[in-house]
Amino acid sequence: MRSGSYITRPNRTLQIYACVFLVVLYVPVLFIPLFSFNDSIYVRFPLQGFTTNWYVDLMGRDAVWDAMWNSVRVGVCVAVISTVLGVLTARAITRNRIPGQNAVVAFVMLPLVIPGIIFGVALLVLLSRLGIPLSLYTVALGHLIVCMPFSVATLLPRFEGMDGSMEEASADLGENGWWTFWRVTFPIVLPGIVASLLLTFIVSFDEFIMAFFLSSTETTLPIYIWSQLRFPREFPSVLALSSIILTVSFVLVFIALWIGRTGLIEKDHPRPPEAPKS
Amino acid sequence: MTSSNPIISIQSVGKSYGSFRAIKEISLDIEHGEFFSLLGASGCGKTTLLRMLAGFEDVTDGAVLIDGEDMTGVPPFLRPVNMVFQSYAIFPHLNVTDNIGYGLRKQKLPKAQRQEMIDEMLSLVQLDGYGARRANQLSGGQRQRIALARALIMKPKVLLLDEPLGALDKHLREQMQLELRRLQQALGITFVFVTHDQEEALTLSDRIAVMSGGAVLQVDTPAGLYEHPRTREVASFIGHMNFLEARVTGRKNGHATLDVAGLGTLDVPANGAALSTGDRTSIAVRPEKLRLHHSAPENGQRAVQGALKMTTYLGERSHFHVEVPGCDRPLAVSASNATLQDGRANAIGQPVWLTWAADSLIMMNDT
Repeated sequence: MRSGSYITRPNRTLQIYACVFLVVLYVPVLFIPLFSFNDSIYVRFPLQGFTTNWYVDLMGRDAVWDAMWNSVRVGVCVAVISTVLGVLTARAITRNRIPGQNAVVAFVMLPLVIPGIIFGVALLVLLSRLGIPLSLYTVALGHLIVCMPFSVATLLPRFEGMDGSMEEASADLGENGWWTFWRVTFPIVLPGIVASLLLTFIVSFDEFIMAFFLSSTETTLPIYIWSQLRFPREFPSVLALSSIILTVSFVLVFIALWIGRTGLIEKDHPRPPEAPKS
Repeated sequence: MTSSNPIISIQSVGKSYGSFRAIKEISLDIEHGEFFSLLGASGCGKTTLLRMLAGFEDVTDGAVLIDGEDMTGVPPFLRPVNMVFQSYAIFPHLNVTDNIGYGLRKQKLPKAQRQEMIDEMLSLVQLDGYGARRANQLSGGQRQRIALARALIMKPKVLLLDEPLGALDKHLREQMQLELRRLQQALGITFVFVTHDQEEALTLSDRIAVMSGGAVLQVDTPAGLYEHPRTREVASFIGHMNFLEARVTGRKNGHATLDVAGLGTLDVPANGAALSTGDRTSIAVRPEKLRLHHSAPENGQRAVQGALKMTTYLGERSHFHVEVPGCDRPLAVSASNATLQDGRANAIGQPVWLTWAADSLIMMNDT
């Protein structure tokens, strides 16, 4: 217990504030799963009774399965490509002396703060000028831009936390750059790579704006939801689908953060005292 | 100590970072089976020089030869040397066995033979039975041993050690010093050892190169460095030293006549100094080479009288500061309490006499 020290002493006011903050943030979201089990097509109180009909109804629709399959395909491709690029970027930033290194990091992170609509419109204009037809490939291209910052932000701390002399030690013991990467660098940053794969997959899976601009007739799941919002009778099904996405997202992000932290916190464990030698 | 085939030959090696000269024209030969130390304060270029031997730093000019072969352009993974890193760099994702066996991949050994070699190394560093442990289950001293075993299993022609004892506490450090010396003597491998700790360098080394500002000041045996430092910088870096202002008044085959502040005219060995009559220099003398007397020595031995300014009792030894007329600074004197000739109270201001052996005065090559 560390509660005794000055810096870790509990602060009642801040605790209450933190609780209020979380409640305000997440209670509106919790209404979605709540109403997805409500036996009425209207979203209003009082609740009418428990039903799983909306979920059963959802499972029977081919369009849902198609959209889901599209989203998974795009998500997996984007996750793999952005993580590979993220590994190369993080490796280069932390190991090589690159001129304008901070600028490189800033440019990679920029898509986080630039509105998706701007990137979406820009890519749409560019692709149509180049005569490239819209497809799931163009959606993936857009998602790649959105996912790169997440990948790099997840991987950079892993590479920064890795002692540079690890790679030197491997070279010293006779391994060239290729073998050093696979025998030392890759296993050490592996938790970061897994976290990056999960995180970029879910970012792509949930992404709407880029997909809205860049998809053709093959839609992803968020676009499907958007298309169903026009029909009031479909609304409970939309809630059911949203609840599923919400759950999957939460679980994946939780796993990603958990894996991403393993190894990083391991360092803090105290070492056992040296065993007596005979 | 020169031989026709040194294991390492550093030939006019220099290194620049832009306009900054990190290493200035160093030439150095290291012999087979030697325990050679690079000693200097941080930033003197000793680690850079070591990393040049390992191949981690490019050589700007000159060349490094290892066992007669020019290493220019040879990457670290093809050099016949291995290194023990300051941080040990134990691979955190591998257990002790796989850490030690890391470099054996290319040799494609049968599993049993590989395990045998690893076990042999484990017992060499006295960690039998630790093979299954992971890096985070090891103490600092154990990591150090694993790093040693991992490098030694490669049977390197030269083992490079970058301040390997820096992170250990005093007790463990002394224990590891003995062990390093034992290993080096048992294996007969050349060790090149980087340290900023002069005591450690004196204890371990066959020869020491004292470095400062990217240059080698003096290469000598520990006794040679301690007894015959050539410059003030070397003399003050190793042990404690008194310096007295002096002027050369005459020279005669290997000896110089000096007019020394506080001591008068003296005849001393020139210690390789290329100074001529009229040049300013200084004389160095170790505190323990000065003898303290409470009365004027009667046998006609040359002595100088001074006043006691300070005494410090250190148990085994006592330290004194003696103010001598003509010297700008009090002289430090160190004496073993077992041989201190007089039991009288060492009162401040009391007159004392200092005597010295003729060969304890060392002429410096610089002022």
